Amino acid sequence: MAFLLNCPNCGERNVGEFRFGGELKVRPEPNSSRDAWTDYIYFHRNVAGDQSEWWYHSFGCRKWMVALRNTVTNEVKDVLFPEDVS
Amino acid sequence: MLQLFQKKRMWRKSPLKRHYDVIIVGAGVHGLATAYYLGKLGITNVAVLDKGYIGGGASARSTAILRANYLTSQGIPFFRESLKLYGDLAQELDYNMLFTRSGRFDLGHTESAVFGLRMRSQFNQMHGVDSRLIGPDEIKKLIPVLDIRQGKHLPVMAALYHPPGGVIRHDAVVWGYARGADRMGTEIHPFTEVIGIKKNDNKIIGVETTHGFISAGSVVSATAGWSSTVAALADVNLPIVTHPLQAFVTEPLKPYIDATISSANLHVYAYQTDRGEVVIGGGVNHYPSYSQRSTLDMLETLSGHVLELLPALRDVNVMRQWAGLCDMTPDYAPIMGKVDGLDDFFISCGWGTWGFKAAPIAGKCMAEMIFTGRVPELIQPFSLSRFREGKLVNERASAPAGAIH
Ligand SMILES: Cc1cc2nc3c(=O)[nH]c(=O)nc-3n(C[C@H](O)[C@H](O)[C@H](O)COP(=O)(O)OP(=O)(O)OC[C@H]3O[C@@H](n4cnc5c(N)ncnc54)[C@H](O)[C@@H]3O)c2cc1C
Repeated sequence: MAFLLNCPNCGERNVGEFRFGGELKVRPEPNSSRDAWTDYIYFHRNVAGDQSEWWYHSFGCRKWMVALRNTVTNEVKDVLFPEDVS
Repeated sequence: MLQLFQKKRMWRKSPLKRHYDVIIVGAGVHGLATAYYLGKLGITNVAVLDKGYIGGGASARSTAILRANYLTSQGIPFFRESLKLYGDLAQELDYNMLFTRSGRFDLGHTESAVFGLRMRSQFNQMHGVDSRLIGPDEIKKLIPVLDIRQGKHLPVMAALYHPPGGVIRHDAVVWGYARGADRMGTEIHPFTEVIGIKKNDNKIIGVETTHGFISAGSVVSATAGWSSTVAALADVNLPIVTHPLQAFVTEPLKPYIDATISSANLHVYAYQTDRGEVVIGGGVNHYPSYSQRSTLDMLETLSGHVLELLPALRDVNVMRQWAGLCDMTPDYAPIMGKVDGLDDFFISCGWGTWGFKAAPIAGKCMAEMIFTGRVPELIQPFSLSRFREGKLVNERASAPAGAIH
């Protein structure tokens, strides 16, 4: 099912305008272990339910944002610029 | 005479026991194939559990294209052996599977796409897979209805022609394996969801289900798009993201095209079924989701793209569109084997958009691994630990409609 994302800059736009950027994770320090980086890059929680995730408005304002979306229903609950994520 | 009207069950309904030697989570083509080959090794105190009906996951939604014209030295022999097993599967299971080897054509519309296809043809031949590069004239002769687009944008410059490839009836494969496993004594329990996995230190001892706790010697997860949710019950993360994949069919037409065509440049593939419907599919949705609802924009894009190749479909009506879940891995290759640090827990996943064709060999290798405790050579490259060891497989030829440009 397709859906809309409420871009904090452009308003409600079709998901087709956005690029998905992966689930929100804590990025390891540059000198962290190889295992920590492997986890960060390849391993995901891939939850069926509410997920905080990155989106890039590639056919719009070209800004990165963080959305809270239910991955089962595709209901988008919140879209914020990263600096506004608490 | 009366027998004709009696409903015969293809598999028994039995009460759930409190212990099995092996519990397989997921009654899709992979779980059932694993159960079948375990049965052939004499392991039949086995239960296959599914939260829904038998084969109702990706297996029910598959377009079931079978082929072995892959790219890597790990992938080609693996898929070659699977195609071989599929060739004899109707006999083996005494079940008509309507396997039609109509031939598979991967079309190249750019220099770089043709380079990729040529490379594949060479690697395929090295590994004994019938696959060769052919030019536009030969393509036009073999598929007269195809627009080879000479003088247009994205002309068909060449095709990787793979004669033994084709299409099988997906439900028949699932039911054939289910009946075969059932006949050897294995139990199949639909509508039994696994909601917990019980561990004793590092050893898996059983599963919590919607019908109570069941202990097991070994637990196998063959849950494709839901693999991450099942692994999470054992506190395991996987290198998997779940994406929906969609397809649709037209109304039935007279025999029109006798080939499976796929274009990486146009992100679309198509073939005609025995019933005359033209099946059309493409790549996964560009965002992950567990929603199995289809989208209008995918229908529009795929329709537009297929008309570039099969313009005669212009006024044909679409009958059905659907979506299924795909467990996508970063290297487009499957994951089979044990999870490091956990005893008696096996996974078979990462089947993405390419897994239906792999079920016979994967099921056979999984069964052998559970039986002997050793990993068969054919599937050694597909371990979960490859991601930690930096040994990704990069099987780009398995992406929907091929990802090599
Ligand atoms: C539209 C589409 C087209 C495709 N086309 C092709 C193709 O042409 N060729 C090809 O080779 N592959 C194709 N594929 C991919 C292929 O269909 C899949 O890789 C394959 O069917 C996966 O089989 P499986 O048995 O691993 O998973 P599934 O068939 O998805 O079975 C997994 C089962 O696990 C069950 N389950 C999940 N969670 C639980 C739980 N907690 N407890 C109990 N049960 C659970 C589900 O209900 C499901 O029945 C396609 C896929 C789709 C969606």
